[in-house]
Amino acid sequence: MEIHSFLILDSFIRDPLTHDFMRKALLMSSLVAAVCGFLSSYLTLKGWALMGDAVSHSVMPGVVVAYALGLPFSLGAFIFGVGSVALIGFIKQKSRVKEDTVIGLVFTGFFALGIVLVSKIKSNIDLHSILFGSPLGISLSDVKQTIFISLLVVILLSIFRKDLMLYCFDPRHAKTVGINVFFLHYLLLTCLSLAAVVGLQSVGIILVVAMLITPGATAYLLTDKFDNMTIISVLSAIISSLIGIYVSFWFDLETGGSIVLAQTFIFLFAFLFAPRYGIFKLKKLLAGYK
Amino acid sequence: MESINYQNFRIDAENICVDYNGKVALYDANLRLKPGQICGLVGMNGAGKTTFFNALTGFVNISKGKIRINGESVRSAQKDQTIAYVPQNEGIDSQFPISVWDVVMMGRYGSMNIFRCPRESDVQAVKDAIERVDLTDYLSTPIGNLSGGQRKRTFLARAIAQRASILLLDEPFSGVDIRTEKLISELFIQFKNEGKTILLSTHDMIHVREFCDLVLLINKTVVAYGETSEVFTPENITTTFGGISPDFLFGPES
Repeated sequence: MEIHSFLILDSFIRDPLTHDFMRKALLMSSLVAAVCGFLSSYLTLKGWALMGDAVSHSVMPGVVVAYALGLPFSLGAFIFGVGSVALIGFIKQKSRVKEDTVIGLVFTGFFALGIVLVSKIKSNIDLHSILFGSPLGISLSDVKQTIFISLLVVILLSIFRKDLMLYCFDPRHAKTVGINVFFLHYLLLTCLSLAAVVGLQSVGIILVVAMLITPGATAYLLTDKFDNMTIISVLSAIISSLIGIYVSFWFDLETGGSIVLAQTFIFLFAFLFAPRYGIFKLKKLLAGYK
Repeated sequence: MESINYQNFRIDAENICVDYNGKVALYDANLRLKPGQICGLVGMNGAGKTTFFNALTGFVNISKGKIRINGESVRSAQKDQTIAYVPQNEGIDSQFPISVWDVVMMGRYGSMNIFRCPRESDVQAVKDAIERVDLTDYLSTPIGNLSGGQRKRTFLARAIAQRASILLLDEPFSGVDIRTEKLISELFIQFKNEGKTILLSTHDMIHVREFCDLVLLINKTVVAYGETSEVFTPENITTTFGGISPDFLFGPES
Protein backbone atom coordinates (compact mmCIF):
# COMPACT_ATOMS: atom_id res chain seq x y z
CA MET A 1 0.00 0.00 0.00
CA GLU A 2 2.75 2.40 0.95
CA ILE A 3 4.77 1.45 -2.09
CA HIS A 4 1.70 2.02 -4.23
CA SER A 5 1.13 5.55 -2.97
CA PHE A 6 4.82 6.24 -3.36
CA LEU A 7 4.59 5.24 -6.99
CA ILE A 8 1.65 7.55 -7.52
CA LEU A 9 3.58 10.44 -6.00
CA ASP A 10 6.60 9.50 -8.05
CA SER A 11 4.66 9.57 -11.29
CA PHE A 12 2.89 12.74 -10.18
CA ILE A 13 6.25 14.44 -10.01
CA ARG A 14 8.02 12.68 -12.87
CA ASP A 15 5.46 12.45 -15.63
CA PRO A 16 5.36 16.18 -16.33
CA LEU A 17 9.15 16.16 -16.49
CA THR A 18 9.04 14.00 -19.61
CA HIS A 19 7.67 17.00 -21.49
CA ASP A 20 10.20 19.47 -22.73
CA PHE A 21 7.89 22.45 -22.24
CA MET A 22 7.24 21.44 -18.64
CA ARG A 23 10.92 21.19 -17.79
CA LYS A 24 11.47 24.61 -19.31
CA ALA A 25 8.47 26.08 -17.51
CA LEU A 26 9.55 24.70 -14.15
CA LEU A 27 13.09 25.99 -14.55
CA MET A 28 12.16 29.43 -15.86
CA SER A 29 9.39 29.97 -13.35
CA SER A 30 11.72 29.01 -10.50
CA LEU A 31 14.29 31.49 -11.75
CA VAL A 32 11.70 34.24 -12.09
CA ALA A 33 10.28 33.41 -8.67
CA ALA A 34 13.72 33.59 -7.11
CA VAL A 35 14.34 37.04 -8.60
CA CYS A 36 10.95 38.39 -7.57
CA GLY A 37 11.27 36.78 -4.14
CA PHE A 38 14.66 38.40 -3.59
CA LEU A 39 13.28 41.82 -4.46
CA SER A 40 10.12 41.18 -2.49
CA SER A 41 11.86 41.59 0.89
CA TYR A 42 12.84 45.13 -0.01
CA LEU A 43 9.51 46.13 -1.49
CA THR A 44 7.45 44.94 1.47
CA LEU A 45 9.75 46.62 3.99
CA LYS A 46 9.88 49.83 1.98
CA GLY A 47 6.09 49.86 1.68
CA TRP A 48 6.17 49.82 -2.09
CA ALA A 49 3.38 47.31 -2.74
CA LEU A 50 1.24 49.87 -4.54
CA MET A 51 4.30 51.09 -6.40
CA GLY A 52 4.96 47.51 -7.50
CA ASP A 53 1.42 47.23 -8.77
CA ALA A 54 1.77 50.53 -10.63
CA VAL A 55 5.07 49.69 -12.28
CA SER A 56 4.01 46.20 -13.30
CA HIS A 57 0.85 47.47 -14.98
CA SER A 58 2.63 50.41 -16.57
CA VAL A 59 5.11 48.21 -18.46
CA MET A 60 2.28 46.96 -20.68
CA PRO A 61 2.51 49.59 -23.47
CA GLY A 62 6.29 49.24 -23.39
CA VAL A 63 6.05 45.52 -24.03
CA VAL A 64 3.63 46.05 -26.92
CA VAL A 65 5.64 48.82 -28.57
CA ALA A 66 8.86 46.84 -28.22
CA TYR A 67 7.29 43.79 -29.83
CA ALA A 68 5.94 45.88 -32.66
CA LEU A 69 9.34 47.49 -33.30
CA GLY A 70 11.20 44.22 -32.93
CA LEU A 71 13.14 45.44 -29.90
CA PRO A 72 13.75 43.37 -26.78
CA PHE A 73 10.51 43.64 -24.79
CA SER A 74 12.49 44.22 -21.61
CA LEU A 75 13.76 47.53 -22.99
CA GLY A 76 10.27 48.86 -23.66
CA ALA A 77 9.01 47.59 -20.33
CA PHE A 78 11.90 49.21 -18.52
CA ILE A 79 11.34 52.61 -20.13
CA PHE A 80 7.64 52.63 -19.36
CA GLY A 81 8.13 51.22 -15.86
CA VAL A 82 10.57 53.90 -14.80
CA GLY A 83 8.67 56.50 -16.83
CA SER A 84 5.47 55.81 -14.91
CA VAL A 85 7.24 56.41 -11.62
CA ALA A 86 8.74 59.65 -12.88
CA LEU A 87 5.30 60.76 -14.06
CA ILE A 88 3.75 59.84 -10.69
CA GLY A 89 6.40 61.91 -8.93
CA PHE A 90 5.88 64.84 -11.29
CA ILE A 91 2.08 64.95 -10.99
CA LYS A 92 2.23 64.55 -7.23
CA GLN A 93 4.62 67.46 -6.93
CA LYS A 94 2.78 69.78 -9.30
CA SER A 95 -0.79 69.16 -8.18
CA ARG A 96 -2.79 68.85 -4.98
CA VAL A 97 -3.99 65.34 -5.79
CA LYS A 98 -2.99 62.76 -3.17
CA GLU A 99 -0.27 60.23 -3.93
CA ASP A 100 -2.32 57.02 -3.94
CA THR A 101 -4.79 58.66 -6.32
CA VAL A 102 -1.98 59.74 -8.63
CA ILE A 103 -0.48 56.24 -8.59
CA GLY A 104 -3.87 54.72 -9.40
CA LEU A 105 -4.64 57.02 -12.27
CA VAL A 106 -1.20 56.87 -13.86
CA PHE A 107 -0.90 53.11 -13.93
CA THR A 108 -4.42 52.51 -15.15
CA GLY A 109 -3.76 55.09 -17.86
CA PHE A 110 -0.64 53.28 -18.99
CA PHE A 111 -2.37 49.92 -18.77
CA ALA A 112 -5.27 51.15 -20.89
CA LEU A 113 -2.82 52.53 -23.42
CA GLY A 114 -1.24 49.09 -23.61
CA ILE A 115 -4.58 47.38 -24.25
CA VAL A 116 -5.52 49.90 -26.93
CA LEU A 117 -2.14 49.44 -28.61
CA VAL A 118 -2.52 45.66 -28.65
CA SER A 119 -5.86 45.95 -30.41
CA LYS A 120 -4.36 48.33 -32.97
CA ILE A 121 -1.04 46.60 -33.61
CA LYS A 122 -2.35 43.19 -34.55
CA SER A 123 0.97 41.43 -34.90
CA ASN A 124 1.81 38.18 -33.19
CA ILE A 125 1.24 39.61 -29.72
CA ASP A 126 -0.98 37.38 -27.68
CA LEU A 127 -2.93 39.59 -25.28
CA HIS A 128 -3.92 36.63 -23.16
CA SER A 129 -0.32 35.58 -22.54
CA ILE A 130 0.69 39.12 -21.57
CA LEU A 131 -2.23 39.51 -19.18
CA PHE A 132 -2.19 36.06 -17.64
CA GLY A 133 1.29 34.75 -18.39
CA SER A 134 2.30 31.69 -20.37
CA PRO A 135 5.11 29.85 -18.63
CA LEU A 136 4.32 26.72 -20.63
CA GLY A 137 4.69 28.44 -23.99
CA ILE A 138 7.82 30.46 -23.42
CA SER A 139 9.95 30.90 -26.54
CA LEU A 140 13.71 30.40 -26.81
CA SER A 141 14.50 34.10 -27.25
CA ASP A 142 12.34 34.85 -24.21
CA VAL A 143 14.27 32.25 -22.25
CA LYS A 144 17.56 33.94 -23.08
CA GLN A 145 16.22 37.35 -22.20
CA THR A 146 14.72 36.12 -18.95
CA ILE A 147 17.98 34.50 -17.88
CA PHE A 148 19.93 37.63 -18.75
CA ILE A 149 17.58 40.00 -16.87
CA SER A 150 17.32 37.67 -13.90
CA LEU A 151 21.07 37.44 -13.54
CA LEU A 152 21.38 41.20 -13.88
CA VAL A 153 18.83 41.85 -11.13
CA VAL A 154 20.34 39.23 -8.83
CA ILE A 155 23.83 40.66 -9.31
CA LEU A 156 22.65 44.23 -8.68
CA LEU A 157 20.69 43.24 -5.60
CA SER A 158 23.59 41.18 -4.29
CA ILE A 159 26.11 43.97 -4.67
CA PHE A 160 23.89 46.60 -3.08
CA ARG A 161 22.12 44.25 -0.67
CA LYS A 162 23.21 46.08 2.47
CA ASP A 163 22.88 49.58 1.07
CA LEU A 164 19.34 48.83 -0.08
CA MET A 165 18.50 47.46 3.35
CA LEU A 166 19.82 50.67 4.90
CA TYR A 167 17.90 52.72 2.33
CA CYS A 168 14.66 50.94 3.25
CA PHE A 169 15.36 51.19 6.97
CA ASP A 170 16.79 54.68 7.46
CA PRO A 171 17.41 56.75 4.31
CA ARG A 172 18.28 59.79 6.40
CA HIS A 173 21.23 58.00 7.99
CA ALA A 174 22.31 56.71 4.59
CA LYS A 175 22.39 60.27 3.27
CA THR A 176 24.18 61.57 6.37
CA VAL A 177 27.08 59.14 5.93
CA GLY A 178 27.48 59.99 2.27
CA ILE A 179 25.66 57.07 0.64
CA ASN A 180 23.97 58.00 -2.64
CA VAL A 181 20.29 57.68 -1.74
CA PHE A 182 19.14 59.00 -5.11
CA PHE A 183 21.03 56.20 -6.82
CA LEU A 184 19.60 53.55 -4.49
CA HIS A 185 16.07 54.83 -5.07
CA TYR A 186 16.41 54.44 -8.82
CA LEU A 187 18.30 51.18 -8.48
CA LEU A 188 15.38 49.71 -6.57
CA LEU A 189 12.95 51.08 -9.15
CA THR A 190 15.03 49.66 -11.98
CA CYS A 191 15.11 46.24 -10.36
CA LEU A 192 11.36 46.52 -9.79
CA SER A 193 10.72 47.23 -13.48
CA LEU A 194 13.00 44.42 -14.60
CA ALA A 195 11.51 41.94 -12.14
CA ALA A 196 8.03 42.91 -13.32
CA VAL A 197 9.11 42.16 -16.88
CA VAL A 198 10.37 38.68 -16.14
CA GLY A 199 7.54 38.03 -13.68
CA LEU A 200 4.86 38.77 -16.21
CA GLN A 201 5.97 35.77 -18.29
CA SER A 202 5.14 33.49 -15.42
CA VAL A 203 1.92 34.91 -14.10
CA GLY A 204 1.06 37.81 -16.43
CA ILE A 205 0.84 41.55 -15.89
CA ILE A 206 -2.28 41.46 -13.76
CA LEU A 207 -0.89 39.11 -11.16
CA VAL A 208 2.82 39.94 -11.26
CA VAL A 209 2.51 42.23 -8.26
CA ALA A 210 1.72 39.11 -6.20
CA MET A 211 5.14 37.71 -7.11
CA LEU A 212 6.65 40.96 -5.86
CA ILE A 213 4.90 41.27 -2.51
CA THR A 214 3.44 37.97 -1.29
CA PRO A 215 6.73 36.07 -0.71
CA GLY A 216 8.15 39.04 1.20
CA ALA A 217 5.02 39.37 3.31
CA THR A 218 5.11 35.64 4.12
CA ALA A 219 8.77 35.81 5.12
CA TYR A 220 8.15 38.93 7.22
CA LEU A 221 5.79 36.90 9.40
CA LEU A 222 8.35 34.15 9.90
CA THR A 223 11.57 35.87 10.92
CA ASP A 224 13.18 38.87 12.59
CA LYS A 225 16.40 38.69 10.59
CA PHE A 226 16.72 40.42 7.26
CA ASP A 227 18.94 37.78 5.65
CA ASN A 228 16.60 34.99 6.72
CA MET A 229 13.69 37.00 5.38
CA THR A 230 15.32 37.12 1.95
CA ILE A 231 16.04 33.39 2.00
CA ILE A 232 12.53 32.45 3.11
CA SER A 233 11.03 34.83 0.58
CA VAL A 234 13.02 33.29 -2.28
CA LEU A 235 12.28 29.72 -1.18
CA SER A 236 8.56 30.29 -0.71
CA ALA A 237 8.40 31.94 -4.14
CA ILE A 238 10.16 29.00 -5.81
CA ILE A 239 8.06 26.40 -4.01
CA SER A 240 4.88 28.23 -4.97
CA SER A 241 5.92 28.27 -8.59
CA LEU A 242 6.64 24.55 -8.63
CA ILE A 243 3.38 23.73 -6.84
CA GLY A 244 1.44 26.05 -9.14
CA ILE A 245 2.84 24.56 -12.32
CA TYR A 246 2.34 20.94 -11.19
CA VAL A 247 -1.19 21.59 -10.03
CA SER A 248 -2.06 23.40 -13.24
CA PHE A 249 -0.62 20.50 -15.25
CA TRP A 250 -2.53 17.77 -13.46
CA PHE A 251 -5.81 19.58 -13.04
CA ASP A 252 -5.65 21.58 -16.25
CA LEU A 253 -5.80 24.99 -14.56
CA GLU A 254 -4.57 28.42 -15.58
CA THR A 255 -0.86 28.32 -14.67
CA GLY A 256 -0.30 31.93 -13.59
CA GLY A 257 -3.34 31.89 -11.35
CA SER A 258 -2.25 28.58 -9.81
CA ILE A 259 1.19 29.94 -8.95
CA VAL A 260 -0.20 33.04 -7.27
CA LEU A 261 -2.83 31.01 -5.46
CA ALA A 262 -0.09 28.74 -4.10
CA GLN A 263 1.69 31.84 -2.80
CA THR A 264 -1.48 33.07 -1.20
CA PHE A 265 -2.02 29.76 0.57
CA ILE A 266 1.54 29.76 1.89
CA PHE A 267 0.99 33.29 3.15
CA LEU A 268 -2.27 32.29 4.84
CA PHE A 269 -0.51 29.36 6.48
CA ALA A 270 2.16 31.71 7.86
CA PHE A 271 -0.52 34.19 8.88
CA LEU A 272 -2.27 31.50 10.92
CA PHE A 273 0.61 29.44 12.26
CA ALA A 274 3.81 31.54 12.22
CA PRO A 275 5.73 30.77 15.43
CA ARG A 276 5.85 34.34 16.71
CA TYR A 277 3.55 36.44 14.59
CA GLY A 278 0.86 33.97 13.52
CA ILE A 279 -2.67 34.12 14.90
CA PHE A 280 -2.40 30.70 16.53
CA LYS A 281 1.36 30.84 17.24
CA LEU A 282 2.48 27.34 16.31
CA LYS A 283 5.02 27.18 19.14
CA LYS A 284 2.28 27.51 21.74
CA LEU A 285 0.10 24.96 19.96
CA LEU A 286 2.92 22.39 19.93
CA ALA A 287 3.74 23.07 23.56
CA GLY A 288 0.11 22.48 24.47
CA TYR A 289 0.03 19.28 22.46
CA LYS A 290 2.91 17.80 24.41
CA MET B 1 41.70 85.17 6.78
CA GLU B 2 38.09 84.18 6.48
CA SER B 3 38.81 80.48 6.13
CA ILE B 4 40.73 80.48 9.40
CA ASN B 5 37.64 81.91 11.03
CA TYR B 6 35.47 79.11 9.67
CA GLN B 7 37.81 76.45 11.02
CA ASN B 8 36.96 77.51 14.55
CA PHE B 9 33.40 76.36 14.13
CA ARG B 10 32.16 72.82 13.86
CA ILE B 11 28.84 74.07 12.54
CA ASP B 12 28.50 77.36 10.76
CA ALA B 13 25.08 77.95 9.24
CA GLU B 14 24.56 81.36 7.72
CA ASN B 15 21.16 82.73 6.72
CA ILE B 16 19.87 79.37 5.61
CA CYS B 17 16.43 78.95 4.06
CA VAL B 18 14.60 75.73 3.29
CA ASP B 19 11.37 75.43 1.39
CA TYR B 20 9.37 72.40 0.34
CA ASN B 21 7.71 73.04 -3.02
CA GLY B 22 7.30 76.73 -2.28
CA LYS B 23 6.28 76.33 1.37
CA VAL B 24 8.83 78.00 3.60
CA ALA B 25 9.90 75.76 6.46
CA LEU B 26 12.87 77.76 7.69
CA TYR B 27 14.31 81.15 6.76
CA ASP B 28 17.33 83.29 7.63
CA ALA B 29 18.50 80.87 10.29
CA ASN B 30 21.98 81.19 11.74
CA LEU B 31 23.91 78.89 14.02
CA ARG B 32 27.55 78.72 15.04
CA LEU B 33 28.84 75.97 17.28
CA LYS B 34 32.37 75.23 18.47
CA PRO B 35 33.89 71.91 19.50
CA GLY B 36 32.66 70.72 22.88
CA GLN B 37 29.50 72.80 22.87
CA ILE B 38 26.07 71.40 23.56
CA CYS B 39 23.20 73.35 22.07
CA GLY B 40 19.50 72.84 22.65
CA LEU B 41 17.13 73.35 19.73
CA VAL B 42 13.76 74.44 21.05
CA GLY B 43 10.57 75.20 19.17
CA MET B 44 7.00 74.12 18.57
CA ASN B 45 6.04 71.23 16.34
CA GLY B 46 6.43 72.48 12.80
CA ALA B 47 8.79 75.27 13.87
CA GLY B 48 11.50 73.81 11.67
CA LYS B 49 13.58 71.74 14.09
CA THR B 50 13.65 68.64 11.94
CA THR B 51 14.14 70.82 8.86
CA PHE B 52 17.16 72.37 10.51
CA PHE B 53 18.60 68.92 11.16
CA ASN B 54 17.81 67.85 7.60
CA ALA B 55 19.62 70.89 6.22
CA LEU B 56 22.72 70.19 8.31
CA THR B 57 22.86 66.53 7.25
CA GLY B 58 22.17 67.41 3.62
CA PHE B 59 18.93 65.42 3.59
CA VAL B 60 17.21 68.50 2.17
CA ASN B 61 18.80 71.20 0.06
CA ILE B 62 18.89 74.74 1.30
CA SER B 63 17.47 77.31 -1.09
CA LYS B 64 19.55 80.17 0.29
CA GLY B 65 22.44 80.68 2.67
CA LYS B 66 25.56 78.70 3.42
CA ILE B 67 26.44 75.77 5.64
CA ARG B 68 30.03 74.98 6.61
CA ILE B 69 30.84 71.90 8.63
CA ASN B 70 34.36 72.07 10.09
CA GLY B 71 34.98 74.70 7.45
CA GLU B 72 33.91 72.45 4.59
CA SER B 73 30.82 71.74 2.57
CA VAL B 74 28.00 69.45 3.75
CA ARG B 75 28.90 67.07 0.94
CA SER B 76 32.43 66.57 2.19
CA ALA B 77 31.15 66.33 5.78
CA GLN B 78 29.02 63.40 4.61
CA LYS B 79 32.04 61.76 3.00
CA ASP B 80 34.12 62.29 6.14
CA GLN B 81 31.45 60.79 8.43
CA THR B 82 31.47 64.07 10.37
CA ILE B 83 27.80 64.20 11.30
CA ALA B 84 25.75 61.52 13.01
CA TYR B 85 22.00 61.76 13.24
CA VAL B 86 20.09 60.05 16.04
CA PRO B 87 16.43 59.85 15.02
CA GLN B 88 13.51 60.08 17.38
CA ASN B 89 11.91 56.75 18.16
CA GLU B 90 8.85 57.58 16.07
CA GLY B 91 11.07 58.26 13.08
CA ILE B 92 12.06 54.63 12.55
CA ASP B 93 10.26 51.41 11.70
CA SER B 94 10.66 49.40 14.89
CA GLN B 95 9.25 46.29 13.19
CA PHE B 96 12.08 46.20 10.67
CA PRO B 97 13.76 42.78 10.87
CA ILE B 98 17.16 43.94 12.05
CA SER B 99 19.28 43.31 15.14
CA VAL B 100 21.05 45.75 17.47
CA TRP B 101 24.40 44.66 16.03
CA ASP B 102 23.31 45.32 12.45
CA VAL B 103 21.92 48.77 13.26
CA VAL B 104 25.13 49.81 14.99
CA MET B 105 27.17 48.38 12.11
CA MET B 106 25.29 50.76 9.80
CA GLY B 107 27.26 53.51 11.51
CA ARG B 108 30.35 52.09 9.80
CA TYR B 109 28.85 51.72 6.28
CA GLY B 110 30.04 55.12 5.10
CA SER B 111 33.68 54.19 5.62
CA MET B 112 33.49 50.62 4.29
CA ASN B 113 34.02 49.30 0.76
CA ILE B 114 31.10 49.00 -1.65
CA PHE B 115 30.05 45.54 -0.40
CA ARG B 116 30.01 46.85 3.17
CA CYS B 117 32.20 44.02 4.46
CA PRO B 118 33.14 44.78 8.05
CA ARG B 119 36.86 44.86 8.76
CA GLU B 120 38.37 43.98 12.11
CA SER B 121 38.39 47.67 13.04
CA ASP B 122 34.69 48.01 12.19
CA VAL B 123 33.78 45.04 14.35
CA GLN B 124 35.79 46.51 17.20
CA ALA B 125 34.17 49.94 16.82
CA VAL B 126 30.73 48.37 16.92
CA LYS B 127 31.59 46.27 19.97
CA ASP B 128 32.96 49.29 21.82
CA ALA B 129 29.97 51.44 20.94
CA ILE B 130 27.49 48.83 22.10
CA GLU B 131 29.42 48.47 25.34
CA ARG B 132 29.30 52.20 25.94
CA VAL B 133 25.52 52.24 25.78
CA ASP B 134 25.30 49.11 27.92
CA LEU B 135 23.56 46.83 25.39
CA THR B 136 26.14 44.03 25.24
CA ASP B 137 23.50 41.50 26.29
CA TYR B 138 21.30 42.46 23.36
CA LEU B 139 23.65 42.10 20.39
CA SER B 140 21.42 39.85 18.32
CA THR B 141 18.08 41.10 19.65
CA PRO B 142 15.74 42.40 16.94
CA ILE B 143 15.05 46.09 17.55
CA GLY B 144 11.33 45.31 17.69
CA ASN B 145 11.91 43.46 20.97
CA LEU B 146 13.66 46.37 22.68
CA SER B 147 12.15 48.97 24.99
CA GLY B 148 12.01 52.59 23.84
CA GLY B 149 15.07 53.43 25.90
CA GLN B 150 17.08 50.50 24.61
CA ARG B 151 16.18 51.41 21.05
CA LYS B 152 17.32 54.97 21.64
CA ARG B 153 20.62 53.66 23.01
CA THR B 154 21.03 51.46 19.92
CA PHE B 155 20.92 54.52 17.68
CA LEU B 156 23.27 56.40 20.00
CA ALA B 157 25.67 53.48 19.66
CA ARG B 158 25.40 53.79 15.89
CA ALA B 159 26.46 57.45 16.18
CA ILE B 160 29.35 56.46 18.46
CA ALA B 161 30.49 53.72 16.08
CA GLN B 162 30.45 56.24 13.27
CA ARG B 163 33.03 58.29 15.20
CA ALA B 164 31.31 61.50 14.17
CA SER B 165 32.46 64.78 15.66
CA ILE B 166 28.99 66.31 15.43
CA LEU B 167 25.90 64.64 16.86
CA LEU B 168 22.38 65.72 15.98
CA LEU B 169 19.80 64.23 18.31
CA ASP B 170 16.08 64.48 17.68
CA GLU B 171 14.25 64.37 21.02
CA PRO B 172 16.85 62.16 22.75
CA PHE B 173 14.92 62.08 26.01
CA SER B 174 11.40 61.41 24.79
CA GLY B 175 9.96 58.06 25.74
CA VAL B 176 13.02 56.74 27.56
CA ASP B 177 13.37 55.18 31.01
CA ILE B 178 15.30 56.73 33.91
CA ARG B 179 18.27 54.43 33.34
CA THR B 180 18.61 55.45 29.71
CA GLU B 181 18.21 59.11 30.61
CA LYS B 182 21.04 58.82 33.12
CA LEU B 183 23.22 56.96 30.64
CA ILE B 184 22.58 59.54 27.92
CA SER B 185 23.45 62.42 30.22
CA GLU B 186 26.69 60.69 31.23
CA LEU B 187 27.53 60.15 27.57
CA PHE B 188 26.91 63.85 26.89
CA ILE B 189 29.58 64.78 29.41
CA GLN B 190 32.00 62.30 27.82
CA PHE B 191 31.22 63.60 24.32
CA LYS B 192 31.81 67.16 25.50
CA ASN B 193 35.20 66.19 26.93
CA GLU B 194 36.05 64.43 23.65
CA GLY B 195 35.40 67.73 21.87
CA LYS B 196 32.28 66.55 20.05
CA THR B 197 29.60 69.09 19.29
CA ILE B 198 26.00 68.24 20.11
CA LEU B 199 22.80 69.76 18.80
CA LEU B 200 19.67 68.30 20.37
CA SER B 201 16.02 69.12 20.00
CA THR B 202 13.82 68.74 23.03
CA HIS B 203 10.41 69.53 24.39
CA ASP B 204 11.63 69.29 27.95
CA MET B 205 12.73 72.65 29.34
CA ILE B 206 14.41 71.04 32.35
CA HIS B 207 16.84 69.23 30.08
CA VAL B 208 17.83 72.45 28.36
CA ARG B 209 18.84 74.02 31.67
CA GLU B 210 20.62 70.84 32.72
CA PHE B 211 22.70 70.01 29.65
CA CYS B 212 22.84 72.83 27.18
CA ASP B 213 25.54 75.49 27.14
CA LEU B 214 23.69 77.24 24.37
CA VAL B 215 20.12 77.36 23.24
CA LEU B 216 18.61 78.08 19.86
CA LEU B 217 14.95 79.09 20.00
CA ILE B 218 13.27 78.81 16.64
CA ASN B 219 9.92 79.46 15.09
CA LYS B 220 10.51 79.18 11.32
CA THR B 221 13.48 81.45 11.98
CA VAL B 222 15.74 82.12 14.93
CA VAL B 223 13.86 83.78 17.79
CA ALA B 224 16.85 83.89 20.09
CA TYR B 225 20.28 82.31 20.29
CA GLY B 226 23.01 82.41 22.92
CA GLU B 227 24.13 81.21 26.33
CA THR B 228 21.35 79.29 28.01
CA SER B 229 21.53 81.43 31.15
CA GLU B 230 21.00 84.61 29.12
CA VAL B 231 18.68 83.54 26.35
CA PHE B 232 16.47 80.95 27.95
CA THR B 233 14.15 83.49 29.54
CA PRO B 234 10.38 83.22 30.01
CA GLU B 235 9.88 86.11 27.55
CA ASN B 236 11.87 84.42 24.79
CA ILE B 237 10.21 81.09 25.39
CA THR B 238 6.80 82.69 25.23
CA THR B 239 7.67 84.31 21.92
CA THR B 240 8.96 80.99 20.57
CA PHE B 241 5.80 79.17 21.49
CA GLY B 242 3.51 81.76 19.99
CA GLY B 243 2.40 83.53 23.14
CA ILE B 244 1.79 80.57 25.42
CA SER B 245 2.99 81.27 28.94
CA PRO B 246 6.13 79.43 30.00
CA ASP B 247 4.47 78.43 33.30
CA PHE B 248 2.22 76.21 31.26
CA LEU B 249 5.12 74.88 29.22
CA PHE B 250 7.34 74.11 32.16
CA GLY B 251 4.53 72.17 33.73
CA PRO B 252 4.37 71.03 37.33
CA GLU B 253 8.03 69.99 37.37
CA SER B 254 9.40 73.54 37.65
